Amino acid sequence: MYSLTYKRADSVEEARRLFQEASDAAYLAGGHTLLPTMKQRLAAHDVLVDLTRIGSMKGISVEGDRVRIGGGMTHAEVAGSSEVQRAIPSLAALAGSIGDAQVRHRGTLGGSIANDDPAADYPAAALALAATIMTDSREIAADDFFTALYETALEESEIVTGVSFAIPETAGYAKFRNPASRYPMAGVFVARHRDGSVRVAVTGAGNEGVFRWQAAESALAGDFSANALEGLSVDPDLMMGDIHGSAEYRANLVAVMARRALANLGSAEAII
Amino acid sequence: MAQDGIGARVARKEDKRFITGKGRYVDDMRVAGMKHVAFVRSPYAHAKVGGINSEQARNMPGVLAVLTGSELVADGIGNLICGWMVHSKDGTPMNMGAWPALAPEVVRFVGQAVAMVIAETRAEARDAADVVAVEWEELPAITDPAKALGEGVPQLHPEAKGNLIYDWEIGDKAAADKALSEAAHVTRMEIVNNRLVPNAMEPRAALAQYDAAEDHFTLWTTSQNPHVARLVLSAFYNVAPEHKLRVIAPDVGGGFGSKIFIYPEEVACLWAARKTGLAVKWTGDRSEAFLTDAHGRDHVTVAEMAFDANNRITAFKIDTIANFGAYMSLFSSSVPTYLYATLLSGQYDIPTIHCNVRGVYTNTAPVDAYRGAGRPEATYVVERMMETAARELGVAPPELRRTNFIREFPHQTPVIMNYDAGDYEASLSAALSASDYAGFGERKAEAARRGKLRGIGLSCYIEACGIAPSQAVGSLGAGVGLWESAEVRVNPVGTIEVLTGSHSHGQGHETTFAQLVAERLGVPIDNVSIVHGDTDKVQFGMGTYGSRSGAVGMSAISKAIDKVEAKAKKLAAHLLEAAEGDIEIADGEVRVAGTDKKLGWHEVCLAAYTAHNLPEGMEPGLKEGSFYDPANFTFPAGAYVCEVEVDPDTGHTEIIQFVAADDFGRIINPMIVEGQVHGGIAQGVGQAILEGCIYDPESGQLITASYNDYAMPRAHDLPSFKVSTTETICPSNPIGMKGCGEAGAIGTPPAVINAITDAIDNNDLSMPATPEKVWRALRAGATAMRQAAE
Repeated sequence: MYSLTYKRADSVEEARRLFQEASDAAYLAGGHTLLPTMKQRLAAHDVLVDLTRIGSMKGISVEGDRVRIGGGMTHAEVAGSSEVQRAIPSLAALAGSIGDAQVRHRGTLGGSIANDDPAADYPAAALALAATIMTDSREIAADDFFTALYETALEESEIVTGVSFAIPETAGYAKFRNPASRYPMAGVFVARHRDGSVRVAVTGAGNEGVFRWQAAESALAGDFSANALEGLSVDPDLMMGDIHGSAEYRANLVAVMARRALANLGSAEAII
Repeated sequence: MAQDGIGARVARKEDKRFITGKGRYVDDMRVAGMKHVAFVRSPYAHAKVGGINSEQARNMPGVLAVLTGSELVADGIGNLICGWMVHSKDGTPMNMGAWPALAPEVVRFVGQAVAMVIAETRAEARDAADVVAVEWEELPAITDPAKALGEGVPQLHPEAKGNLIYDWEIGDKAAADKALSEAAHVTRMEIVNNRLVPNAMEPRAALAQYDAAEDHFTLWTTSQNPHVARLVLSAFYNVAPEHKLRVIAPDVGGGFGSKIFIYPEEVACLWAARKTGLAVKWTGDRSEAFLTDAHGRDHVTVAEMAFDANNRITAFKIDTIANFGAYMSLFSSSVPTYLYATLLSGQYDIPTIHCNVRGVYTNTAPVDAYRGAGRPEATYVVERMMETAARELGVAPPELRRTNFIREFPHQTPVIMNYDAGDYEASLSAALSASDYAGFGERKAEAARRGKLRGIGLSCYIEACGIAPSQAVGSLGAGVGLWESAEVRVNPVGTIEVLTGSHSHGQGHETTFAQLVAERLGVPIDNVSIVHGDTDKVQFGMGTYGSRSGAVGMSAISKAIDKVEAKAKKLAAHLLEAAEGDIEIADGEVRVAGTDKKLGWHEVCLAAYTAHNLPEGMEPGLKEGSFYDPANFTFPAGAYVCEVEVDPDTGHTEIIQFVAADDFGRIINPMIVEGQVHGGIAQGVGQAILEGCIYDPESGQLITASYNDYAMPRAHDLPSFKVSTTETICPSNPIGMKGCGEAGAIGTPPAVINAITDAIDNNDLSMPATPEKVWRALRAGATAMRQAAE
């Protein structure tokens, strides 16, 4: 790691000010992507602005048909929240399946969403649960938020302060982990909403990051069961390939995980 | 039996400091004025080193010196050596290329060091290393061992034409060919043993200090054998004379073989300490460990096994290409030859064996001994062949093994080894029973109802530990003897220090060795201290690897105890006015058998040191030493059964059950032995389904250079193991023990792969059997069946 200045913000406004005052700052939440990258000297920032003590980014509330979760909430806090468990049990289960215990106690919802790692779990939930990403300056629909690998609609100094998820009629998540990193090689979040619409979001597999599998959504809108997915597949040309899994294999995993998600409504299944 | 003597499940004495964070590792060491080192490493797999401009680096904050390979060579620092001479079958010596500690002209693998920066802090050293400007001229690289042999590919060393290090053989080729041509059945397989990264928990580190007034060096280093390190550093590398060099290997956080070898970093640090007059420390990070620790395995093999009409093996012929990486590491030459081919008889009575091994250079990190060192490679070949042959012959896998088991001992194999004792039927029966092998069919059917493919696999391994009789290994080319030393110092108050040439880096010697003393001299283990790892404290020794510390290291202690016991008895007989033969030592007392005449152990010890009343001619004191040279290797053996379920949709393998039945001879501490077996199985499962070191074949970049891409086994991946032992006492050492440290890593991989290939009904599967490979093998098997049906 190169030398840098660490600053801790007490409010969103202070964080943004500290960020803008520096020449090349980064926000620090759980740090799971940022710090290893900096330790390997693949990234250098002159200032890190720590967001984890900002009180307004904490908290979970159920308001009408939505669950609002603060951007600073850790995965463990979301997984252990009785409100989330009652409202969207598959979302609590997804949070409880991220990384390991250490990761879950440091990593945050806002950090995961803002980083948009193509193999992160939360983006799949955000898309499938028609989430609204709340920032310190605006609200962005999840459908418009994730723009490319590690890229989002966020402006440079903008902060994800919270995420509001639609409470679905039912939902499920299934993922197949990378044996080395244990990030998903394919994770599929399936949700049927109260208006009858179906959303299917895929993480870990697509070569442009998280995406909605529209063919599966259409098929499931008529018949919300694994039978409806029979014969359906994603195009391997649109999948990532690496030493852990070729694009063809990931395409297979997407189809399998979609079926498993439907078999695990109200929970999350993690293979490996 | 003493309460905490041989056979007792004593909690490890050393664990208090380890689990409370009080261990003292090299990186914990601080000396006055200590500075920090960062190495400038090659980003290329193969390149010429042009000029090195360090001007900018020298002007960075805190930087004290930048030293390069040409300076190191100019100062007469010797090249790194390989200490085991292996000759090709035409009689020529192995072709060893030069390996300077800092490369002055050519780099041959990614991560090879060309210069070092010394600075006030570690961060400053790294910052400066980043700006040392090296003029690289990239050369084409080759990483695949099978493709590296020959002239039309990138050549690494002028000394090794066609990148060939040696073309070695053992056994009778003509007889093997004849038997193969006359066989009722031949099983033939192409087998790859995947390359592994050792991944000790503690990365390598070195702290070198030079005292100009005394002309004396001290090196703290992460070593499994500090005495050999001192010898090699002095005799071959010219960094310091042996009597002026103290090498200390304090607590060491795991080695698995990777810390046997002398590496460039400790040579460079010693040299730099004298050159600059500064105490310098280097602590490797995990990225450096991936790039520069000696890797393991990496064989490509074709094997043919001939059977007669009664399913008895008549011959076994093996052709192996072994990847050495870019340089010959300290013991590398012996691993794919004398530690591999000599175990190819397995547990079986095979009249004819021929093995040919070609060692080859590639643009990858050096390859050397890694937990098992040659024996896992041999066992994988033998046991994959046996399971496959059983399937081809339509014989139950246990039965084919039983048909061919060696049942009389000693047994001379056609490949040097003389097995002294064993009972392979006993361990096989124990494993089959513990795994309910007979009930597998029902479990398979039940799994099928759940949509899972269940498979079972067997592995009957043998290995050789207790390396080794010095004369024998000397005749095979070893540059050192492989005895071990011990000194037993009884203090005037009766407490005992044992100075051992073995080195503990996780094995629990401080407990196990003390248990032997407790058993023999009747003192509690808390009154026994084990001293190791410091060449100023301990007499010359050979260190710990090859599961040798019990069979060789403890045998040396046992021999020294014999002498202590004899002297104590002689003294006690004199003091008690009894015959020496009537004296017995037990429970802290020295007694005249059958009488109430006795002395406390401490009283006899004190009498030895007061020397007021010694027998005629006896010297004062109670301290004895021994150098023990083993009479033979030892031969641990066992049977492992692995049961898996494969998810046909994803190819994911879950290990449902793992049974190990091992024969380690006499066991000192069953709990520690079980821990060794558990760890070995975990590493074996890692090799079988998770771990694979991958270099880019074009660029020679290490792709699996972090845990993001190199899959390590985790508790989550493993079932609760069922381990048990059978026992045949080893006749070749005074304690009767064989060694247990590597068995798990040796016996496990074929059991796992045999189980998966059984589950998916396709034998064409290589390690690591990743989910995608299994999924593809399943689909290929289904395609083949469909084509056969059509």
